[in-house]
Amino acid sequence: MSTSLRFHYTTAVAFSALPVVDGDTLGACVRQLLDDGWRLLALFGLPQSDKKRAVSLCCVLAHDASSELAALRTEPLHNFISLTPSCPQAHLFERELFEQWGITPEGHPWLKPVRCIPDAAEAQARESAQEHAAVQTIPPPFRFYRVQGEEVHEVAVGPVHAGVIEPGHFRFQCYGENVLHLEVALGYQHRGIEAMLRNGPRARCLPVLECTAGDTSVGHATAHCVLLERLTGIVVPERSQLLRRIGLELERLANHTGDLGAIGGDTGFLPTSAWNGRIRGDFLNLTAALCGNRFGRGLLTPGGAAYDLSSEECADITSRLRAAGRDARGAVDVMLHAPSVLERCTGVGALDAKTARDLGLVGVAARACGLERDARRSAPLSCLPSEAWAPRCQQAGDVLARALVRSHELDDSLRMVEEDLATLATMPDKAILAPDASKAKANLPPNMLVVAQVEGWRGEICHVAITNDTGQFLAYKVIDPSFHNWPGLAVALRGNQISDFPLCNKSFNLSYCGHDL
Amino acid sequence: MLRIIKERLQQKYRTLDYPRKKPALSPRYHGRPILTPVNCGACRACYAACPAGALLPTLGAEEGTPTLDMGRCTFCGACRAACPKGAFTFSDEHRMASFTREGLLVTPGVTPQVQPHPENFRIFRRSLKLRQVSAGGCNACEADCNVLGTLVYDLGRFGIDFVASPRHADAILVTGPVSANMRLALLDTWHATPEPRIVIAVGACAISGGLFRESPQCHGGTSSTLPVDMYIPGCPPNPWTILDGLLSLKT
Ligand code: SF4
Repeated sequence: MSTSLRFHYTTAVAFSALPVVDGDTLGACVRQLLDDGWRLLALFGLPQSDKKRAVSLCCVLAHDASSELAALRTEPLHNFISLTPSCPQAHLFERELFEQWGITPEGHPWLKPVRCIPDAAEAQARESAQEHAAVQTIPPPFRFYRVQGEEVHEVAVGPVHAGVIEPGHFRFQCYGENVLHLEVALGYQHRGIEAMLRNGPRARCLPVLECTAGDTSVGHATAHCVLLERLTGIVVPERSQLLRRIGLELERLANHTGDLGAIGGDTGFLPTSAWNGRIRGDFLNLTAALCGNRFGRGLLTPGGAAYDLSSEECADITSRLRAAGRDARGAVDVMLHAPSVLERCTGVGALDAKTARDLGLVGVAARACGLERDARRSAPLSCLPSEAWAPRCQQAGDVLARALVRSHELDDSLRMVEEDLATLATMPDKAILAPDASKAKANLPPNMLVVAQVEGWRGEICHVAITNDTGQFLAYKVIDPSFHNWPGLAVALRGNQISDFPLCNKSFNLSYCGHDL
Repeated sequence: MLRIIKERLQQKYRTLDYPRKKPALSPRYHGRPILTPVNCGACRACYAACPAGALLPTLGAEEGTPTLDMGRCTFCGACRAACPKGAFTFSDEHRMASFTREGLLVTPGVTPQVQPHPENFRIFRRSLKLRQVSAGGCNACEADCNVLGTLVYDLGRFGIDFVASPRHADAILVTGPVSANMRLALLDTWHATPEPRIVIAVGACAISGGLFRESPQCHGGTSSTLPVDMYIPGCPPNPWTILDGLLSLKT
């Protein structure tokens, strides 16, 4: 079926080249592509620039093997036949459409908002109740999926959790200790990021995107910069390509180390948990050696990198990297040799490859189920060499598999950063900013659609932008890997014990604010 | 078992004798900003460059002279790059916490004053239990609070701990710009904390709303909802900055 526009992932395409179809054809086309091995990158509403209130759908899909993207859009509509029953990966996207634009996906099995929760209204209601001393109506309760029956009980957790973590609400339907169903209700961290980006680019866009998910600052910053560069045709100097990749891989090292430590902590294996907390900090401090900020904020700028490394600094970072890498390897190996840890992690929170594919999982969670999904390979950001490297997959899909994927990726990232630092130290070309970098700050080419995919440490980060007649963002979609993967956690927990939840949750380690935006 | 012990020896002793020893920070670290008085004339380059709206006109000074509000600043350094006269420097000073909002304003030519310690905090001198609430935070401030529990910082040796319930807490430590959806939970947590209680705002978002100050989905920081006793600036603050702030509550 050729109802979609196909293009290479690095090209920005004219928005008018997208075929315009009706809702049913869009559904048929998406279903066909998913059957052919494509996956859904984004499905979102697009306000028409001329007419108010008329909203059409825009859909972007990716084919990893051929590095191709497909895009299509609909005429303005108010409802369409839901894709979710046959393509579960559309689930949250359709709920988002319903929430943001009031478009109804007919026949959606669980239609409710994604980020809108009654708490905001209740806080307001309480306040005005105090002021006017009158009873205010409190909005109807949030509907949760319920399992009925004798001895079935419900457990509610959150939004504020026991540890120092972000807020989210989990509603378990249990039979004894066994979880029949888990519903993840998020939205508490919603800050309105996409609305702040609309009508950009502005100087504030990049810092705001760095705060989309603080632990993925470099990942989101890279996606934003790459997107602007693809739109304006800026070619980034090789030196800053290397610096960016070093930043991205250091982020992966820090977080993988932290996650493995957290898995150790939740299995009661405290040595690794304690060591990894410290080693994670060592990797963050290496990022700080690069740009002053432990999370890599300010490292990137559209058109290049904002900080450079001299050969002495490269040598210094390399030796510290080796030391931290050795410590991380040692700490993780001890844990992965402990029978108690292996026993605890095996078979818990397992997902099979088909479920993972249906749900559209990305990143570590997908690779742990045997899906070779890694944007570093299917959509590389540059032509930097990366031969000595392939996606690290496991088959079991359980907590142990997710831990092993991370453990193997530590080695890869360590090697990559070390190689890149060596290249950087001897590279004669000192330019870190493209000569025409200022183009990305002015108005952008009008009426274009562009996509950026970056493999962050959790998985693929996807930014999609569409510019309007005057070269501003008509829509800017941010899709954090967590948006795809939260349903994966919910499904993985079915049939497990409720006491397995913390461990499963750590093994996914998804972002609340990345989901909530 | 032997394997674990062998590895334990490899991993060494890592806790820093803070505050007696100064932590080694990256030479590129942006610490407390210092503004030198210069003649700004008609130049407003720093105002235009700042993504956080952290530069404000200085009251009573020559027109155009900026005051830097650390409560909004993300320490990005754009102002330093923009200023043709080199008025901005970022020192390596990590101690930036303040008991007052005004204490976060950096004015050209004015050296920061040592602040008097509020009397009513004496009760927490030997033990301070914190309940952390992330109210729209991006997980960077949260991560840098979490890290205080690791070997390098070892928060517990100072008698400070993060606890699981507000009922056990002496203070709530807020991060994030207070998203509309978290306001209720934040208020409930505060009400559940026994008095006397301290409110600590960590990070630009929690102090002023930070980059999200103007978003209709956010309330512009903790003080919109709760009375704040201590401000720890940064985006996110360095863990040492947070630790210094917490320790200053106990002296
Ligand atoms: S360092 Fe602070 S004051 Fe200076 S431009 Fe950045 S956010 Fe603004």
